[in-house]
Amino acid sequence: MAQVTLNRIVKEYEGGVQAVKGIDLDIADHEFVVLVGPSGCGKSTTLRMIAGLEEISRGEIRIAGNVVNDIPPRDRDIAMVFQNYALYPHMSVYDNMAFGLMLRKFPKEEIRRRVENAARILDIGMLLDRKPKALSGGQRQRVAMGRAIVRDPKVFLFDEPLSNLDAKLRVQMRTEIKKVHQTVNTTTIYVTHDQVEAMTLADRVVVMNHGVIEQVGPPQELYHRPLTKFVAGFIGSPAMNFIPARLANGGAALNVVLPGGITLPVPEERSRRYAAYAGKEVLFGLRPEHLTEIRPNDHRPNLAHLQLTPEVVEPMGMETLVYTWLEGTEVSARIDPAVAAAPGQALPLAADMGQMHLIDPQTDRVI
Amino acid sequence: MSATAATPSAAIPGLGRKIGSLRKERRWALITAYVSLIVAAIVMLAPPVYMLVTSLKTSAEISNPVGTPWIVRNPTLENYGALIGDPMFRGFFFNSIKVTVLVVCVTMVISVLAAFSLARMKFFGSQVLATGVFLTYLVPDTLLFIPLYQIVGNLGLLNSTWGLVLVYPTLTVPFCTWIMIGYFASIPKELDEAALIDGANWMQMLTKIFIPVALPGIIAATIFAFTVSWAAFVYPTAFITRPDEMPLTIGVVSQLIRGDTFAWGQLMAGALLAALPPVIVYAFLMDYYIAGLTAGATKG
Amino acid sequence: MALDATTVTAGAASGAPARPGLTLQRFARRRSTIAFIMALPLIAVIGGLVAWPAGYAIYLSTLNRRMTASIGLENFAILLESETFRMVIWQSCIFAFSAVVLKALLGFWLAHMLHHIPTKGQRIWRGMLLLPWVVPPALSTLGWWWMFDPSYSSLNWILNAIGAPSVPWLGEPWWARTSVIIVNVWAGTPFFMIMYLAALKSVPDQLYEAAAIDGATGWQGLRYVTLPMMRNIISITVLFSLIVTFANYDIVRVLTNGGPRDLTHVFASYAFQVGVLSGNIPRGAAVSLFMFPILAVVAFFVLRGVNQRNREMA
Repeated sequence: MAQVTLNRIVKEYEGGVQAVKGIDLDIADHEFVVLVGPSGCGKSTTLRMIAGLEEISRGEIRIAGNVVNDIPPRDRDIAMVFQNYALYPHMSVYDNMAFGLMLRKFPKEEIRRRVENAARILDIGMLLDRKPKALSGGQRQRVAMGRAIVRDPKVFLFDEPLSNLDAKLRVQMRTEIKKVHQTVNTTTIYVTHDQVEAMTLADRVVVMNHGVIEQVGPPQELYHRPLTKFVAGFIGSPAMNFIPARLANGGAALNVVLPGGITLPVPEERSRRYAAYAGKEVLFGLRPEHLTEIRPNDHRPNLAHLQLTPEVVEPMGMETLVYTWLEGTEVSARIDPAVAAAPGQALPLAADMGQMHLIDPQTDRVI
Repeated sequence: MSATAATPSAAIPGLGRKIGSLRKERRWALITAYVSLIVAAIVMLAPPVYMLVTSLKTSAEISNPVGTPWIVRNPTLENYGALIGDPMFRGFFFNSIKVTVLVVCVTMVISVLAAFSLARMKFFGSQVLATGVFLTYLVPDTLLFIPLYQIVGNLGLLNSTWGLVLVYPTLTVPFCTWIMIGYFASIPKELDEAALIDGANWMQMLTKIFIPVALPGIIAATIFAFTVSWAAFVYPTAFITRPDEMPLTIGVVSQLIRGDTFAWGQLMAGALLAALPPVIVYAFLMDYYIAGLTAGATKG
Repeated sequence: MALDATTVTAGAASGAPARPGLTLQRFARRRSTIAFIMALPLIAVIGGLVAWPAGYAIYLSTLNRRMTASIGLENFAILLESETFRMVIWQSCIFAFSAVVLKALLGFWLAHMLHHIPTKGQRIWRGMLLLPWVVPPALSTLGWWWMFDPSYSSLNWILNAIGAPSVPWLGEPWWARTSVIIVNVWAGTPFFMIMYLAALKSVPDQLYEAAAIDGATGWQGLRYVTLPMMRNIISITVLFSLIVTFANYDIVRVLTNGGPRDLTHVFASYAFQVGVLSGNIPRGAAVSLFMFPILAVVAFFVLRGVNQRNREMA
């Protein structure tokens, strides 16, 4: 059990390409941190530097207070679960889990005790004699986790562990990973490109893009208070709608004026925050779930009404997604499935301006 | 489906292209295939079968053929008996076994170590060396046997099986290394990373992970080394003139042909006995044999 | 190539548990040292038993018969002036070229036929058809030699049985050359067949299905799908076989030993005769060195093919 500290970590490849551009991150003991971002954002590289599989170009990584930059993976006291599981195909499940302990010359009794304990946690006791080839994807995933658990390391590292599973199993294993973490309570660093995985698993989410950290925070904070356009667009599905607009002074209050002239009032409590941008071009951001049908007796303050014509309607069961055009920008809305919506038929919608975001197009930061 | 490819019955394109009957086309394709294969099998198997037939004949039957020479009328094992009772022939066998076993061991140690180093580790010039391995594999023994004759002679190893043990690796090592590089490279990199994190050092990674996982490749390479050493002909022909140091190939070719009266039955029996070990290996390990054969071109 | 697979992998300790002072960089350095040591036996074999002899051959070829003095390129000049040697060049080229073409065509045909019969029957046919490749060529050639025997030829018996005249298989120069080619084709076709079969199996069935739905006939499928997909393996197999066939020794040695009248010698058997049997080592070395240019050209194309393929697949 340990905290992990990244101090101005840089990964530079030959030719000067930087995959990771100076990252600072403090991970507390027992914490479950998820690194999330699109492919090529440097999240895997960061994880591999923590594991010792990649050299650190500049900066410093500490595990439990010790600088580990120059320590080989075997001596960092970490365990890692790989995307393709990386189970040794010629060894039984038992031997796969025991291998690391065997190399560390643990006594046989101890190895057996630990493997059986891990097998019990993961519910794979009946698979111990099988070869990886005879296991299903989910079972392999469990064995890979078992291999990490038996080592009882300071840190667990997960590199996109669920990407090779089908959708249903992925949800199931996600819960499983969370349960395991609650049981063994080891500091965990988890890499994924799937924001849903990140939101559901993490104590804190680290959103990365182009080799830098965009924002670090608990899932709810990232959702409600994104700091950058990237985070705002990355977290949430379907993604937040962004519409180019202008912030106009409408007498006492501010208004968001869309290119075609549609005017949406900014809630009063935000006036002061946005005051400096009055009269300037901004990016108006609104999540699909805040663009809904008009409900009777809707007590949400700051609703603005719009009349839009759906182009595509996707009934999802518990909700219906509507794709439409707003002033030349494609936007999506989430409506109640009971509302009749059809392509080409005008649909009145309510925009919850209390949940709006404004982004400075120059800096791409949320105002 | 491709079942009709390359068969004369495939519909001919063009105006008024006739609408073929799928069933008919397939049947013709199958008939063509089987006829070709039967003819090919007869041609391919005729020489060994004829060798077998001859080896079962007495000298009298061979020299006074009545009717077809392709069947044996009074089968006898006396040719085989004579060979097995012949200490010289047994010596050939022993020499072949000795040379082959030693060469296979040496080859596998060299190739596996080198392939692991070239496929997974890296050092200055390793890329060049990998290309060098491939080029060496293209250099035929007939280009090298004269200088090697001099070299082996200077070492005093002419007329010695040790000379063969020294030079046979030129036949086996490049190809075996090449296919082992291919097999090792196909092992996912995560596997060595997992092993690194599990605490394995390079030697443990090789012996505990790579060799077991690439076992089919190792078997294929071993079979290749075995077959090539067993069948080697140029080097022993050049280096060995003393019958007691000869391996089977040159022994059968040079020592069982004596004078003008060839003991054909015995010669064929000797050739078949000499060919038996590779054929047995092939019969039991055909899949590995073929994997090794095709690995050179499809891998690496 | 697989070689850069580890460029970004940091090294690990070997042997005893890591000492704190041992840095990753030093591990990397140690790793390359270990790697080099592991490759050392290979380097010794390539350097000592291939590269050095090849260089030594060039040196040898410049010496006089008793190897006491250098005579420059005299050996090569003498060879080129000799009628016999010009015949050897000619014969080697004809032999290699026609044998490889025949092997390639027959191998392709058989692979194709084999590919089209039901899968469960393929094993046994493949097993039978590969046999000539498995038997050591020197030994199977003995069988052919016996089948070609002037007085007891079992092939002539078949010819006579169907009313054709006997053939002087090894007695007449042209027939002797043909015989050498026949045996080489017999022994080498299975190799082509098995390579092509592997290539055919690697073409996904959907490609043929897509082609069939696009309206391709069997021939068109072959022309536009099979051949382009197999191009690389075909060229590599042909080039490789060209080298092996060109440098062939066993068959000529056993079947004709160069005769009749030195008319069936190829480079290898002639080099053997001149260098080892007649004891003119420098001249023999010069003979085998004549193989070098053509081998270099072929090797160049093979390497280019391999590199190209690796680039495409990367």
